[in-house]
Order: sequence, then structure tokens, then C-alpha cells
Amino acid sequence: MTLSTPVRRLLAALTGLILLVMYLPLAVVVLNSFNTSKSLTWPPPGLTFDWWVRAFHSVGAREAVITSVQVALASTAIALVLGTLMSIALQRYDFFGKSSVNLLVILPIALPGIVTGIALNNAFRGILGLQLSILTVIIAHATFCIVTVFNNVQARLRRMGGNFEEASADLGAGIWTTFRLVTFPQLRSALLAGGLLAFALSFDEIIVTTFTAGAGVTTLPIWILNNLFRPNQAPVVNVVAVVLILLSIIPIWVAQKISGDTDALR
Amino acid sequence: MPIDTARAAVSPPRETVARRVSSTLSARPRTRLGLLLSAPLAWLVLIYVVALAALLVSALWTVDSFTGEIDRGLTFANIKEITTESLYRTVTLRTLGVAALVTILDIMIALPIAFYMAKVASKRTQRFLVIAVLTPLWASYLVKAFAWRSVLSDNGIFQWAAGYLGLGTPGYGLVAVVMTQAYIWLPYVILPIFAGLERVPNSLLDASGDLGASTWQTMRTIVLPLLTPAIIAGSIFSFSLTLGDYITVNIVGGANQMLGNLVYTNVGAANNLPLAAAIALIPIVIMIGYLTAVRRTGALENL
Repeated sequence: MTLSTPVRRLLAALTGLILLVMYLPLAVVVLNSFNTSKSLTWPPPGLTFDWWVRAFHSVGAREAVITSVQVALASTAIALVLGTLMSIALQRYDFFGKSSVNLLVILPIALPGIVTGIALNNAFRGILGLQLSILTVIIAHATFCIVTVFNNVQARLRRMGGNFEEASADLGAGIWTTFRLVTFPQLRSALLAGGLLAFALSFDEIIVTTFTAGAGVTTLPIWILNNLFRPNQAPVVNVVAVVLILLSIIPIWVAQKISGDTDALR
Repeated sequence: MPIDTARAAVSPPRETVARRVSSTLSARPRTRLGLLLSAPLAWLVLIYVVALAALLVSALWTVDSFTGEIDRGLTFANIKEITTESLYRTVTLRTLGVAALVTILDIMIALPIAFYMAKVASKRTQRFLVIAVLTPLWASYLVKAFAWRSVLSDNGIFQWAAGYLGLGTPGYGLVAVVMTQAYIWLPYVILPIFAGLERVPNSLLDASGDLGASTWQTMRTIVLPLLTPAIIAGSIFSFSLTLGDYITVNIVGGANQMLGNLVYTNVGAANNLPLAAAIALIPIVIMIGYLTAVRRTGALENL
């Protein structure tokens, strides 16, 4: 189908407009981090670096980042192991109840976060009588992170096919050797992409976190939420937000570099 | 060195154990499958399914309004309350309306940009566009909700820009919720649709054009039917994510409540976990209904 030039131009213009709308609010946040007015008046009455200095010295923000990184690392590690096992099982074997298992993996992200949040809150607190802690946050995050690893690895396994593994087995390699020397190297970039996504998902998650974090556990999103409505802190939140936007570019470049193809990023 | 000799003496039998396990496993695919499945399945069932089931049971409990203690006697009081009281009907309908609007808006915005990315742009532009669409996806959810609070505020950029057209800001309310949510979940809808479009073979579009179909006819009769699973996959994200949200509502929603807010207040301030559980059943029922309805389209494989 050859699109006429006006149609192409229209699509290009629409794409440009959509991107503009996507970046405009982010640009406003960046500008606001230099805004001298605390009430975020537009246009800014003046520009200052004060908030950046204050954010840099904010102990709360720094501790929250550390907590978030710990949670994200732990839940990503769990998700990588469980998601990979699950995707190999579902992609390489046929068994009764396969579609139900498939649905079960998807369910934690297909159901609204508040459902996962309250279900786990209820189970931990009401049923098991556990104290909410960083551990309960990790368990909760890992549960919905499994699916991102699962999706990435499954897509890769589907494209790989089983020929190399069969050849390896025919040549006398054991199951472990085949995994180590044939399957794993081919999965590596899918695992990295899935892991990055799981990390980002956990790092950003707020709803499930509020329901599963104990009183002393402050992840970065919780810290941001707590400070969002404090007039003195709101500009500092802006700075943290800008830093997050800038940092978010790194994993995208990494994922893009390692995979080169776009669907590994999902 | 003595240690090396010891290791050398031990390693051959260890090797045979590993080999024996390996050959046993390769002869038994069922065992292999069982070992692969056991850990992830145990995690998901023991943690997630049990928690969901427990939620269902908790919805049948009540809270003693006097002591605040949970009474574990089973009763349908909460279910009756959420199905008969008009508050819950109003909030459910409002939440459904917002989620549906957000989803429709996102699909309408996602279709042209995804089509441009997948079928019109050069490979180079495509790579750039994918990154451009993905970056906001990684920027924090709260940052984006907060950005819209700032954009829509009384002295914000929206007011400032709309002022030239003689308009005002919609302020904080349901309109703001729909705009903000549609904005936040947009990348989640663009990506599956983009991936779906990439899988539509160009030859099919060419054939349609060669046979005399207009651009619009090709879109309607070739592209759209092939794209349906991808569109539905995207809609699952925007719909579900909006359905359970309460934080954006707090940030830009004004006084309006959605289902998530009701759940949140009942867990926290009202300390009525059973009622919160009962309210949470509403989005569960809606989503399970939605997932069952779209299962046949193959949308779940496109997530």
C-alpha cells in the first residue's frame, strides 16, 4: 500500500504533536525544579539552583533511593529466576492446564494494583499475622515482576526454536551443559531486558507498595508522595523527579544497545 | 598440594552423579517439567492465589464497630452493602466511565503514532521514536501525575496557554483525571499496537492497494482486523491500571472518588479490612469478565 504524500505528512505531523504533548509535562517539571516560586507559577518569576542544592542534601530522599534500590534488586533477582523457569516450562512443554498457568502469570499485572495490594496486605497482616516490612514489599514486587521476565524470555525462546538444544543433546551434552552453553547465551539479552523492566517496574511501583510496606519502609515513590503536598518540599520533589527522568534514559539506552531490536524493551 | 589431590580423588564420582541426574532427567520430560514449574508455580499459588482466595473470604467477615476487632463469622453483609448502597454504584460507574474513556482516548492516540512508527518511518527514525515513546514510560508514575497537577494548576502552563484562546484550565476534577491517566498509560498502549503493526506483513498492504483498495479501505478491512488482539492487549493495561488507581485521583481529581479511594480509606482510616476486601471484588469481577471476554481474540499472548 503506497500512502499518498498528504497522508504521510499528516501522520508525521500527528506523531510530532503526540510526542510534543508527551514531553511537555516533563519539560514543565524540569523548569519547575529551577522555579523560584514554590507554588509553581507559570511562567516562572525567576530561576534558581536552590532546590537542587537542597535535594542533594535531603537525607530522606537519599535513604528512600537506597531502600528502593534494595527492593528492586531483590525482587528483580527473584523474578529473573522464577520467570525464566516458568517461560521455559510453558514454551518447551505441553501439559494440561497450560493456559491457566499462563493466565496465572499475567494476572498480577492484569488485575489492578490495588487488588494485588489489598490481597497481599490482607494475607500478610490478617491471615499470617506478619509485621509489614521491607521483606513483604519484596515479596509483593517479585510477584508482579515475574511477568516481565516471563514475557521477554518467552518471546526469545519462541524465536529461537528448539533446534540448537536438540542438536546439543544429540551430540551428548547433558541437560545442564546444554542450558549453560546453548540456551543461556541466547537468552542473555532477553534476561537483561526483562530484568531492567522488572527493576523499573518495582522502582516505580506505588500502589502495591503502600499496601505492603511497613511504617518504617520508605521507598522513593512513597517518599515523593509523602512530600508532594508539603509546600516547602514540593520543589525538592521536582528536583528528584528530574533526576529520575534523566536516570530513566540509561536503562533504555542499555536495553537498546544490547538487543538492537525493539520488542526486547517491552 | 593435599587439597588438590583430595579434589581430584572426589571429582569423578561427583561427575557421574551429575551425569546420572542429567540422563535420568532427559529420559523423563514430565519430571523435568515438574522441576521447572514447581518453584514459580508454588510462589504464584502460595502467595498470590491464596491471597486472592483469602480476600474473597475476608469480604465475608465483618468488623465490630465498637472494638474494631474483626469478626470471622461469615456473612454477606458487606456484599449486600456494596451491591445495594447507591454510593458504590455511583463510584463503580464513575470508575468504569473514566477507565473506558482513558482506554478509548489512548487507542485513538496510539493508532496513528504506532502506524507511523511501524509502517512509515525509516528504520533510523523508528529507533528514535521507540526510544522517545519509551522514555516517559520509565519516568516515574508520580512524576507524571505531579507534572499534570502543575500543568493544570490555576497559575499553570495550561491556564497560561489556554488564556490566549479565551479558555481556562479544567482545574482538578474528573476531566483532569481522564487527561492525566490517558497521558500516563499511553506508552503502555502504543507499544503493543506498534508491535502488532510490525507483524502485519507489508506485502498484504501492497496487495490490497494493488487490487484497488483505497488507503482507508485497506486500514479498515486488512489492518484493523489483524491488529485487534494488539489493541485489546493495550486496552487491558490502560483499563486495568485506571480501574484500580487512587493516587492520580488524589493528586488531580479534586473531591471525586474512585473505587481505589474507597478501598484505600477502608484499609487505612476506617480500619474496615473486610469492607475494603468486598469493594476490591468489584474491579476483580470486572477485570476477570474482561479477560474472559477477550481471551479468544488471542490478546493475552500480545501482552
